[in-house]
Amino acid sequence: MEEKSKKITRRDIIKGLATVPVAGAFLYSWYQKRRYDHLLKKAIQEEVRIDTENPILNRVVSKDKQVRLGIIGTGGRGRSLLKAAGFLRPEIMDDYLEAAAENSTDKRYQEFLEQEDLNVVVNGVCDIYDKNAEWGLRACANVKRLGSDGAMADQPRRYKNYKEMLASDDIDAVIIATPDHWHGTMTIEAARAGKHVYCEKPMTWTVPETYEVVKAVRDNNIVFQLGHQLRQTEAYYKAKEAIKKDILGKVNLVEVTTNRNSPNGAWVYDIDEEAGTNNIDWEQFIGPAPWHPFSLERFFRWRCWWDYSTGLSGDLFTHEYDAMNQILDLGIPRSAMASGGIYFYKDGRTVPDVLQQTFEYPEKDLTLIYSASLASSKSRGRMVMGHDAYMEVGGDLKIYVDSGSTKYKDKLEEGLIDPNLPIYAFTPGMKQVDAITSATEQYFAGRGLLYTYRGGKRVDTTHLHIKDWLDCIRGGGEPSCNVDLGFEEAMTAHMGTISYRENRKVYWDPDRQLIV
Amino acid sequence: MDVHQLNRAGLFWITALRVLIGWHFLYEGMVKLFNPNWSSVGYLLDSEGIFKGIFYRIAASESLLAVADFLNVWGLIAIGLALILGLVEKPALWGGIALLSLYYLSHPPFPGLKYDLPSEGSYLVVNKVLIELVTLIVLLFFPTSQRIGLCRLIFKLKNSD
Repeated sequence: MEEKSKKITRRDIIKGLATVPVAGAFLYSWYQKRRYDHLLKKAIQEEVRIDTENPILNRVVSKDKQVRLGIIGTGGRGRSLLKAAGFLRPEIMDDYLEAAAENSTDKRYQEFLEQEDLNVVVNGVCDIYDKNAEWGLRACANVKRLGSDGAMADQPRRYKNYKEMLASDDIDAVIIATPDHWHGTMTIEAARAGKHVYCEKPMTWTVPETYEVVKAVRDNNIVFQLGHQLRQTEAYYKAKEAIKKDILGKVNLVEVTTNRNSPNGAWVYDIDEEAGTNNIDWEQFIGPAPWHPFSLERFFRWRCWWDYSTGLSGDLFTHEYDAMNQILDLGIPRSAMASGGIYFYKDGRTVPDVLQQTFEYPEKDLTLIYSASLASSKSRGRMVMGHDAYMEVGGDLKIYVDSGSTKYKDKLEEGLIDPNLPIYAFTPGMKQVDAITSATEQYFAGRGLLYTYRGGKRVDTTHLHIKDWLDCIRGGGEPSCNVDLGFEEAMTAHMGTISYRENRKVYWDPDRQLIV
Repeated sequence: MDVHQLNRAGLFWITALRVLIGWHFLYEGMVKLFNPNWSSVGYLLDSEGIFKGIFYRIAASESLLAVADFLNVWGLIAIGLALILGLVEKPALWGGIALLSLYYLSHPPFPGLKYDLPSEGSYLVVNKVLIELVTLIVLLFFPTSQRIGLCRLIFKLKNSD
């Protein structure tokens, strides 16, 4: 047999190299495939010229000057804002560390330690509930981000009334994270006291105070940032670019939604058993709202009553609206129509749990629809619909060509564009994993409300939003959600609310700047 | 049965099997290599079954994930080339068996386990990964590269006078 012979024969060479042509065939097929893919890509790229690199959004501003903060309201949202500013209670640090030791996918500890130091100090904490205030004081004293065995700095001063805090001269800027009915009043007073303001959304609780806020901010030349942290979401910058480059064609319909289905999501928060008239300053809580006898339910679940809340329109639609205003420069709509009801949570609340709002923009030839349920979590994305393509925006961004498009007609016919596959997709660098993210957090993250990415690293959008505000305080300029955008946000939300509550169509008079 | 006892047709088809599996491995590796966004993280996080925890740990660790990504891409390419050309056949087969075992264990098609990754067919316990894996085991018993493949030439060169 030939195998036994020790000399290399012709047969050996043929059989030895017999499969080499297969490798050649592979390379040829590979080349053909790559060429075809390249052709498709080129066809798409001719239409979609969106920079695929991450935009560099953060300005470089010197942090040498320390900003001295005060915070009003250290309940749920206030605590998140403190964390985003770099302050967390040592007990929480212990919990994070323990969780990370138990589960390597839990990155909260590491992420918080890696969060940029913004060179701020909190000199005042104001909350009308002693327990919340104590929480805030302890968090703000943990300047070194240590656990409970670590050294703490002195606690900041506790103010029982925000007016005293605003009068203090060791505070440059305040964070307002109170219930909605206080936002406008406090912002106006803070601006008049010359303090820069970061205020949670919505900007105002009533229409008249909306004008006052703008005036106070402008007259006193302070830096005002409205708490729409979505402004920092990278996918939104890409979406804006896609609109600017007219990839969607004529945008005629925009759909945004809220889809929640949990007591927490419906604002039925836990009531603290230790809370009572002894540790809550009820009179101050009521403030500009109509008087009501002390009620723990109203105190902890204030979002359920118009007396303190702005309902779905002010609380959740504003996030959606501001996102679309960022992408599409919508401004205030010409008209609004709303309907809905209290269909699931028959718990005595006055704000609806199901709400639909339609806003008309005749000058832009488009309709903005908001559809919300607090009792179904069927996820419906944010959709910007154009004649040639539509766009789904969340933490990521996908653009699909419409099969009836005029602009892409030829490429659709040639099969170069498939309407079932996105012609553009942007997913922020997602190599990190987090199996720990809670259901509510996941909802927020999916909607881009929680985290965004910078250079592939996960960053809290609220942190970036606060940083943006601080950069403007230090280096000048307008923050990404300034008072003018806040005015548009507030007026649009108020139009929806008025339409729902008065059961009529309401209009915006752009000349007189009035809701009619 | 020894590979030398195979008739011409048998030898041809066993070799074809080796080369085709090589092609599949090579292409899977090349696709990943040329996709800058590819990472095994999504696949790992889609894991189910009793070994789920291990795959999650790999996904959670940046360094382990980097190793998993590297071994996947270059492992697939190396095994693919080796099987096509008929080189280092045994190590390549073992490598392939190891990789496929990991794929199978991370996504076992057992009743009650659900995956996000779409499957192109219907599988119960047995899927194509398992079949490819067993095929590689079969190939271990029928090494063909010393008869058809570069191994034959190398063997000859070493032993030639």
